[in-house]
Amino acid sequence: MTQRLEVVNEVTIRFAGDSGDGMQITGDQFTNTSALVGNDLSTLPDFPAEIRAPAGTLAGVSSFQVHFSSFDIHTPGDSLDVLVAMNPAALKVNLGFVKPNGIIIANTAQFVSKNLRLAGYAEDPLQDGSLASYQVFPVNITELTAHALADIPDLTAREIERCKNFFALGIVFWLFHRPMEHTIRWIEDYFTKRRRPKYVAANVSALKGGAAFAEATELFATTYEVRPAPLQAGLYRNLTGNTGLALGLLAAATRSGLQLFYAGYPITPASAILHDLSGYKRFGVRTFQAEDEIAAAGAALGAAYGGALAVTGTSGPGIALKQETISLAVSVELPMVICNVQRGGPSTGLPTKTEQSDLFQAIVGRHGEAPLPVIAASRPSDCFDAAFEACRVAIKYMTPVILLSDGYIGQGSEPWRIPSVPDLPKIDVPERPAAEGFAPYLRDPDTYARPWAVPGSPGLEHRVGGLEKSDVNGHVSYAPDNHETMTLNRSKKVALVAREMPPLEVHGDPDGGKLLVLGWGSTYGAIRTAVERCREAGQSVSRAHLRWLNPLPEDLGDTLAKFERVLIPELNLGQLLTFVRAKYLIPAIGLHKVQGVPFTASEIQSAIEELL
Amino acid sequence: MRSAVASAGPALTRDDFQSDQDVRWCPGCGDYSILAQVQRVLPELGVPKENIVFISGIGCSSRFPYYMNTFGFHTIHGRAPAIATGLKLARPELDVWVVTGDGDALSIGGNHFVHLLRRNLDIRVLLFNNQIYGLTKGQYSPTSEQGKVTYSSPMGSIETPFNPMRVALGANASLVARSLDRDTKHLQMVLKRAHEHQGTAFVEIYQDCIVFNKDTFAPLTDRETKDDNVLYLEHGEPMVFGKERDKGIRLDGLQPRVISLTDGQHSVADLLIHDEHDRYGTLSDILATFQERVGFPRPVGIVRNIERVCYEDVMLEQIDKAMARSGPGDLAALLAEGDTWTVGPNGS
Repeated sequence: MTQRLEVVNEVTIRFAGDSGDGMQITGDQFTNTSALVGNDLSTLPDFPAEIRAPAGTLAGVSSFQVHFSSFDIHTPGDSLDVLVAMNPAALKVNLGFVKPNGIIIANTAQFVSKNLRLAGYAEDPLQDGSLASYQVFPVNITELTAHALADIPDLTAREIERCKNFFALGIVFWLFHRPMEHTIRWIEDYFTKRRRPKYVAANVSALKGGAAFAEATELFATTYEVRPAPLQAGLYRNLTGNTGLALGLLAAATRSGLQLFYAGYPITPASAILHDLSGYKRFGVRTFQAEDEIAAAGAALGAAYGGALAVTGTSGPGIALKQETISLAVSVELPMVICNVQRGGPSTGLPTKTEQSDLFQAIVGRHGEAPLPVIAASRPSDCFDAAFEACRVAIKYMTPVILLSDGYIGQGSEPWRIPSVPDLPKIDVPERPAAEGFAPYLRDPDTYARPWAVPGSPGLEHRVGGLEKSDVNGHVSYAPDNHETMTLNRSKKVALVAREMPPLEVHGDPDGGKLLVLGWGSTYGAIRTAVERCREAGQSVSRAHLRWLNPLPEDLGDTLAKFERVLIPELNLGQLLTFVRAKYLIPAIGLHKVQGVPFTASEIQSAIEELL
Repeated sequence: MRSAVASAGPALTRDDFQSDQDVRWCPGCGDYSILAQVQRVLPELGVPKENIVFISGIGCSSRFPYYMNTFGFHTIHGRAPAIATGLKLARPELDVWVVTGDGDALSIGGNHFVHLLRRNLDIRVLLFNNQIYGLTKGQYSPTSEQGKVTYSSPMGSIETPFNPMRVALGANASLVARSLDRDTKHLQMVLKRAHEHQGTAFVEIYQDCIVFNKDTFAPLTDRETKDDNVLYLEHGEPMVFGKERDKGIRLDGLQPRVISLTDGQHSVADLLIHDEHDRYGTLSDILATFQERVGFPRPVGIVRNIERVCYEDVMLEQIDKAMARSGPGDLAALLAEGDTWTVGPNGS
């Protein structure tokens, strides 16, 4: 049999197995290698909230999807070219996403009666002909891994079993002509650091064994190549949104000259920010794992009061707990950044899955009239920029800022063009006020910011608190007119942030047309792909993406008015939609999805086509 | 950690620590005395005024910062320890004081309170305990006695009260002290000792709420009765009390006993000797139980005073160590950490 090499532009692979099968590591390795060979890519990790759900069950399936291409892409892919199914449950959960004639690599060792029953299969799908419309490659990965590791001494059966994910990765590497050096280096590094040298040999043998098996058995008649994508010139790395966010905060600290203080309480999917920043001690970063979400917000506010660049991060339930403290930050007008890596709610909801349902909570979720700026990151690489911008605005306007990310972009990754540090804008920190004529609520006439008079400054001793303060001198005041003045001052200050926004970019027909798709946050990639596809097909559709959700850009109203219809896709039941309808009095149309997974481009495309 | 610098400027007086705000506690409230003793003690501490910060929660006691001419932050009900923690971590050189009450620290803020003591940041916590909710007009508090009749407990409170000292000891507080609003000299002494301490200093101050819980502590403060009801602790001294210094505390096995020094059977040599530095807190745990024992005097003074490393010192040590190990952070190098690749001008 002669093997055929086919060059394709894009491929979507999903590695799926039990929670303990190492699917996240496998996907990560494939992703990093794809990045290093120059593909554009986008990923979607998806795992259960339970650390080890019962083996073999549908609930225990963990997967990692990676979309890689030779052109510019923006989503982790709508449907799968390749599914690696390590057990029947993984097949059952993911089969519906596989393209017709797509490749399914199944570990036959797990297709035994108990696992078939757990997955709800009456018959073995590998045997009963039900997969006839796919290219199925049944491989006894477990047994072949054991053969590949036969020469390595002192391995238990369990240890051998745990190497099978690298055998599967070896097969897929070979199918797509990927080099293995990067992963071999990673295995060496990972297990050497953990003082497990025998696992280096074991996993490397499994990886090489998988590739050798695929080659020797001529498993695939066709192999595929995805060439590098033409990205903008520069130095690149693969970046998850959470790491990007942590780096953006650190960059803001560096460019402002302020000490970075981050307080958090462990919560999925935001913990990685705390982990990353805790590793940046050599930068002087001070991190604090608080006793609860409230304390994390309180500690951040205390640090802000002391003059630090103060940040707290969490997900939806944590934001609910922090809101009282955020209201105090609004009242005492101190700068801090509150990061919300959103997940499915309400309550504990879907801790490991994504959603955009905290927009209401971000904009109006406090008590009293407590406005603050809200910014949303649109993709993993944008988390860096959004974090930097959130810090800049917080300091300039002396206000808490909420930064919205979500599980999808927080945990997903894409190539990131590494910015040059000297090219990052400098963040100006307002000068300490002079003692002469100092008043704690004497505002900057331009920004409406009050002075940042930190403890330790002689002559600036003053008192602040949550009670209403008299304009200018900051003394406690319950005077009716003063409360209204102060409420309006706080509101006006936040409204001024609209000046920071560049003109809203309309991609498509800037002068208007039949349909505008308006997005915010992580719907960016799916909207962009859908609109580009529709425009290629000659349809009159444009798109715009909001970075700031509060205040809204000053030119948004005029932009919306230029279009006959406006479609707002959101991973919620219409939160931005409600604000847009209320503020601009237009019959904008919502597209909603609350399934814990991002939109596919096709879903948005269908909605566009229906409206045109 | 606090910077050891004494003020270089002219010596400060009590007046320097009075803010321009009218004090708005009820006339006769014990808070006035506490405020006065703090303002009397601060000039003697040698700390520049601008380095002193009072952080409070919510409640009558928590209005305290408004009346101090230092930095002050009146925050959220129960959250002062958390906010003080963030400030101290960002600015360890500051002299941070938390002012709180029994409801603020032990009810809504119980969690932050115990974690502050556990972490042992170098912060002073003054808990004004009046065993009642004053600002909300007289409901029972977590330190009110069982059976207390209030608006929210017309048939008597069902709850077993917290013993604040036991809570603090349970959280391994490194300094635990108690004093009384009316005993001004004693309170000044305790405040000074709390300030000298490196670590979280917890001071419970019995405070008279003259409106909603009047004279709760009268047996401990009235001239006629106080000596028979209060045990003034002094390190290294036997535990003697009573108007005629005629009573003492002896230990029988694990149980303390009040004994008479005039019955011809006991002498001072039989008495427990106070040891603030008892590492494992056996003695302080026993002293903390006195308030629940009928016929026992209430211990005041420094109950426990041990050395424990401060959280913020170790935090800074770790940062220094990380910098020493790998040099000060280079942001450009960090951004480009891990596997990178270069795309050329032609997109290759």
